[in-house]
Amino acid sequence: MGAAIDEASLRDLIPQVIAVLRRRGADFAAAEDAVQEALVKALEVWPADPPQDPRAWLVTVAWRRFLDAARSASARRARELRVGASEAPAEVSGHDDTLELYLRCAHPSLTPSSAVALTLRAVGGLTTRQIAEAYLVPEATMAQRISRAKRTVSEVSLDRRGALGTVLRVLYLVFNAGYSGDVDLSQEAIRLARRLHVVTGHPEAAGLLALMLLHHARRPARTRSDGTLVPLAEQDRSLWDTPLVAEGVAVLQAALARDRLGEYQAQAAIAALHCDARSTADTDWVQVVGWYDELVALTDSPVHRLNRAVAVGEADGGPAGLAALEPLDPRLPRYDAVAAYLHELAGDTDRAADLYAAAADRAASIPERDHLTRQSARLRSVT
Amino acid sequence: MARYLLLKHYRGAPTPEGFVPMDGWTPEEFDDHVQYMRDFAEKLRETGEFVGEQALAPEGRWVRFDGEGRPPVTDGPFAETKDLIAGYMVIDVDSEERAYELAAELSAAPGKDGRPIHEWLEVRPCLEATLPADA
Repeated sequence: MGAAIDEASLRDLIPQVIAVLRRRGADFAAAEDAVQEALVKALEVWPADPPQDPRAWLVTVAWRRFLDAARSASARRARELRVGASEAPAEVSGHDDTLELYLRCAHPSLTPSSAVALTLRAVGGLTTRQIAEAYLVPEATMAQRISRAKRTVSEVSLDRRGALGTVLRVLYLVFNAGYSGDVDLSQEAIRLARRLHVVTGHPEAAGLLALMLLHHARRPARTRSDGTLVPLAEQDRSLWDTPLVAEGVAVLQAALARDRLGEYQAQAAIAALHCDARSTADTDWVQVVGWYDELVALTDSPVHRLNRAVAVGEADGGPAGLAALEPLDPRLPRYDAVAAYLHELAGDTDRAADLYAAAADRAASIPERDHLTRQSARLRSVT
Repeated sequence: MARYLLLKHYRGAPTPEGFVPMDGWTPEEFDDHVQYMRDFAEKLRETGEFVGEQALAPEGRWVRFDGEGRPPVTDGPFAETKDLIAGYMVIDVDSEERAYELAAELSAAPGKDGRPIHEWLEVRPCLEATLPADA
């Protein structure tokens, strides 16, 4: 990208340009297609020839693409082109346009993977190729996924209040996909959550943003340079990104002060307690358990109950943690890993070693599998 | 959101009921079978779930290191090897249920008399290369 604009600022313009085309009467799917074409063109020509006004450039090129596509479609169908005239531009603010876009791209009629892909393209301003690379699928596959998703949501009606939860879930999925290809999806998710927070002012949007910031702050310490996992207890806390922690805590505190607790605020509160401690021994585990109680009351999620069992083990010892684990379904993801850790806390290293090995067989990622295999080997080499 | 490998075996999978080997099919039955597989892959491209596929030759060699400065040792093929992979397809789907549904559809490919072959396919989750960001 040339001096005129960096790629992140370019991406920020994409939802605005889609909104302009929508106001001029283009339907969602056609507007989004035209803007994507303009974006690809911009990435191609701007480095050598940056425009004076990037937004105006994108609007002009996208609108021209839209008209070309509409004309050829209308010629094919020999139908009259009705653009702009029938739909008077509604007087809506930019915020409403942006929220509308978030809601449409995360519509409950979409599967999670389609919602993620469409959100990254239309709200995030990524190209199809970047999204395909990030999710390790061929570009043609991703293009199909996006175009089907657009057909699904082009005409849906949007429920502004009820559907915010689906937007938050989609952004959290993006955040957790991590890093592959040339786009850092965690940072991308943070950018989108920041904007959603500004647009909605909703405490749970704040909660999600805080949660992402607090997790992201620990990223430099979570893996070694070779990609191997460093568990929380062994992380070099001087590597944590303190300004990011401070921002996350500030966003969270402002949200909690509004007294409308939700699952993301509760999870962020737990993350904040970890960030606040100098070591795992120094962590206020009793308070962590308290927040897990809130979280479980809000979501009734077995995954949160599983994590709660770890916190109980830290607060009250291995046997108490195992008692909290007792009622849970052993088929839950990471159940064996949690059971292994709690047995180790309780001093039963043989059982813990077996469970770590079983957990390695059920791991969902390579770093996790390798970490669990190493844990099992560590315990077996001392017994 | 999750990738799965669908594995086809030449040998090693349980034998489905009423199994008729391919050399007992008519050329038309064979063509219909191949077309079904092509259509299946094409459908997955359209749904945005296709990642890749590869058919494999049945005969391969075993190769191993034989010490510094020495050429690799090769052996085989071993006719008695129990498990033999015929090929694979990688899909990217939203759930394990969807992966099973697609594997079952692939297993319904027509064979003798145009009847589904009920072939057993092995479905294996792919491990993610990176940790989730909230780990």
